[in-house]
Amino acid sequence: MTAMKSVAITVVVLLIAVASSALAETLVSTLPLETTELKPGPGVDTAGVCQACHSADYISTQPPREGKAFWQGEVQKMIKAYKAPIGEDDAAVIANYLAATY
Amino acid sequence: MPSLAPYRTTDGNIGNNIMPTLNRRETLKSVLAAGLAVAAAGKLAPANASEMVDLPFGNGERPLVAYPQKRLLIVLTSRPPQLETPFSVFNEGMFTPNDAFFVRYHLADIPLTIDPDAFRLNVQGKVDTPLSLSLAELRNGFEPVELAAVNQCSGNSRGFFEPRVAGGQSANGAMGNARWKGVPLKALLAKAGVQAGAVQVSFQGLDRPVLPETPTFIKALDLEHALDGEVMIAYAMNGEDLPWLNGFPIRLIVPGYYGTYWVKHLNEIKVLDTALDSFWMKTAYRIPNNACACTEPGKAPTSTIPIGRFNVRSFLTNIAEGATVHANSNLNLRGIAFDGGYGVSDVAVSADDGKTWTEAALGENLGKYSFREWKANVSLEPGKHRLMVRAANRIGQSQPLEPLWNPSGYMRNVVEVTNVIAA
Repeated sequence: MTAMKSVAITVVVLLIAVASSALAETLVSTLPLETTELKPGPGVDTAGVCQACHSADYISTQPPREGKAFWQGEVQKMIKAYKAPIGEDDAAVIANYLAATY
Repeated sequence: MPSLAPYRTTDGNIGNNIMPTLNRRETLKSVLAAGLAVAAAGKLAPANASEMVDLPFGNGERPLVAYPQKRLLIVLTSRPPQLETPFSVFNEGMFTPNDAFFVRYHLADIPLTIDPDAFRLNVQGKVDTPLSLSLAELRNGFEPVELAAVNQCSGNSRGFFEPRVAGGQSANGAMGNARWKGVPLKALLAKAGVQAGAVQVSFQGLDRPVLPETPTFIKALDLEHALDGEVMIAYAMNGEDLPWLNGFPIRLIVPGYYGTYWVKHLNEIKVLDTALDSFWMKTAYRIPNNACACTEPGKAPTSTIPIGRFNVRSFLTNIAEGATVHANSNLNLRGIAFDGGYGVSDVAVSADDGKTWTEAALGENLGKYSFREWKANVSLEPGKHRLMVRAANRIGQSQPLEPLWNPSGYMRNVVEVTNVIAA
């Protein structure tokens, strides 16, 4: 669990390095924490996998109440175009969750 | 709450030591565990999100957050970061300050440490002499050029599409204008020596997908375009280093073209003898292959081409939507206009739903790729009014009175309307 938490923290607190005008020096910053969680609803645990690649605001900022076809299309885009390793059963659960919740 | 202020390292390598972060070397298993762990981690502390804005479309609520080297910007997404410039910034001047310039990444494994001394730009492929150049060699080995140019996201203003479309839901702030300084790509390719048979040049930066199977972000320009002398590798933006989130230490500048080609953290240039076979060229960032780059709303195009130059846009910047203004007095209007590099030739405003138009005076010409300031005066009777602004360029392109539509939500350039009440 500690390891899981550690990984979770590193997902949201990315260390970055930038350089000042003096090229030899390296600057390090932290990114702000993520501001959005997945909304509760049936299937939210399955949909958690989406957050491996992107924050939950990728979902919550989409147009509201677009319905099942819209969200099936998005889930299939993630699988086919971006190669998200999501099986068809989970894809259906996630699309249903998104259509019902967003 | 993490500190937002950058701090100096003592060993120059602390980013790798302190925080083993999600990156391309991690296994798929741990990546998925990370996603699940985020979901299970419970309530995440908001990142200074006490200030919110409500963009004028459904699900338009956004937090304002100050990212490293940035002022408070509109957060579209956190990971990877997509930050929109608050529209009031465009009334501050013709150049968008570095700390207010919009940010758009596609893939979440963004570079965590960049050692500017170790950084190299590689030029390879169909060249006589492959190059591996340090930042110092880029700065000192070539005659620098400087150019004012707008960068605009292909999906700027996507949130206003009706019917709505999927994708990053920006209002009008995914654009900015800056003075870029750097090395002409033409000079770099001349040094490498482009071989016969070359047709395209590809560009890749340090950012990578989380999953190795996800198509990595790589873009290409036709050779002729790459050699036009204007495409540039920029190491300075408005007289300073590029902000980290805008592509430090160097990014590609493709004047007049949508931001998808402006590859950040650019470190790999490859001269190709066949057109690049990349998801990001062949599938994504394509527009309907017709004169309006549009389809009937809800319909898919029959054929597509890669997105290219900006169309013409203009905005009123000194009066906000819904403002109350003085009636029967000289009302000063001010704003910006730009196009894909032919140059803005005319800007006109209308306060009567387009029945009559008043020519605006154009400000200083800062270059054909830059924002161009415009100013006009109108006098309004008491009551509600719709202030419209429309620009045209030197080849006669202008802006439509009704919005055009395409399924990806690209290239919005309808005549903008600002509703005001004169009293």
